[in-house]
Amino acid sequence: MTRIVIVGGGTGGTVLANRLADKLAPDLKRGDVEVTLVNDGPDQVYKPTFLYVPFGEATVEEARHPIVDLVDRTVDFRVDRVTSIDTDAKRLSLQRDGALEYDYLVLATGANLAPDEVPGLVEGGHHFYGAAGAEKLRDALAEFEAGHLVLSVIGVPHMCPAAPVEFVMMADQWLRERGRREDVDITYTYPIQRIHGLEPVAEWAQPLFDERGIEAETFFNPESVDPDERVIETMEGTELDYDLLVAIPPHSGSPLVEEAGLGDGGWVAVDNRTLEAEHADDVYAIGDVADVATSKAGSVAHYQAGAVADRLASQARGQVPTAEYDGKTMCFVESGTDEAAFIEFSYERQPEPRDPNQFVHWGKLAYNEAYWLTARGLL
Amino acid sequence: MSESISPDVTVDSRGAACPGPLMDLIGKIKQADAGTVFELQTNDSSSSHDVPEWVEKAGHELLDVVEHGDGEYWSIFVETRE
Repeated sequence: MTRIVIVGGGTGGTVLANRLADKLAPDLKRGDVEVTLVNDGPDQVYKPTFLYVPFGEATVEEARHPIVDLVDRTVDFRVDRVTSIDTDAKRLSLQRDGALEYDYLVLATGANLAPDEVPGLVEGGHHFYGAAGAEKLRDALAEFEAGHLVLSVIGVPHMCPAAPVEFVMMADQWLRERGRREDVDITYTYPIQRIHGLEPVAEWAQPLFDERGIEAETFFNPESVDPDERVIETMEGTELDYDLLVAIPPHSGSPLVEEAGLGDGGWVAVDNRTLEAEHADDVYAIGDVADVATSKAGSVAHYQAGAVADRLASQARGQVPTAEYDGKTMCFVESGTDEAAFIEFSYERQPEPRDPNQFVHWGKLAYNEAYWLTARGLL
Repeated sequence: MSESISPDVTVDSRGAACPGPLMDLIGKIKQADAGTVFELQTNDSSSSHDVPEWVEKAGHELLDVVEHGDGEYWSIFVETRE
């Protein structure tokens, strides 16, 4: 019997489990293949929802769904925490239930926030990358009448590369709608010499920032935050005062990955196209934890899951896998509270953002509602 | 001459697109003492220009930029300052 174990029940993990259940249905029925999905909690959290929480347009409850309702019944879903990975013995240690042996392992453990890496950031800054943070920011924004709102991108790479650009444009319009915009200065900071890592996105967003009076500071890498004086100090020797700081915190991968020798910083070193781990046999990584040359985004996890499902289905049948991931990434980019743009790109092709419009905004909201169909492998 | 520079830390960012190489260097410099010599290896041509620009802005010293092959990759040598 071929045992396939997936660690992580986010977008990548659940899409992969369901695709395998579909592709290998006869093999699973015969007992020739077993697919196990391990997640450290019973629910999946759809993080893009959190962008809307500070503006009162979504609740954190909407971001959560029981995984048992998302995965096919032929998948053995276990709530447990993987405590170590032995790629030589092909065995995982579990916190509750002993050990789990695999023939093929897929790591889909996502990315973690590491705000502690910047002294003062936890005390001095807000973020919208988790349920508690998004709710706290919603309350702070509701009470924020006037002053300097700073959105600082500290962590690169970070989850959902479009989100910081989206946040400031949404904040701009949200404040205008409430008659407070004239009393609020907005500054966006980015670590490199333009306002986004993808040059076409930076070129698309810069004129929108200019039109709306959103200031940008580039080559801005915060070293520390003084929460009492409300000042950000950077590696470049500059200082910036703020009244409300919204930060994209540094991110880290999984300590499991680092301990298993699969990659630096907790990111799994993989072949960009096959997604096979470089430092172990029969190990794949998908989604945010995979160190590939594209964005940490749900669409990436989704497309990677499709490629790995094809590869694993071939391997389980004793065939040579040929499916590859071409770097396809797709994002909706909100440019306010009622307009959005859409971008699509790959390893070979740069994004070409078009003018934002209302139709795409509604498309994004509709997708957010329909997201759980994606997790089920249906969309 | 670059041949005489022996880096304390080599950061191999070949294969990473912009801003990966610069962010890799920034991440390492954050944890380094003043006077540490870095070699950043990148095959991203825009990084070969952007990284020196950041080095100057951040007040570190750009020691050399060496092109290997015909644009195969670049070694950017940087010494950190306080």
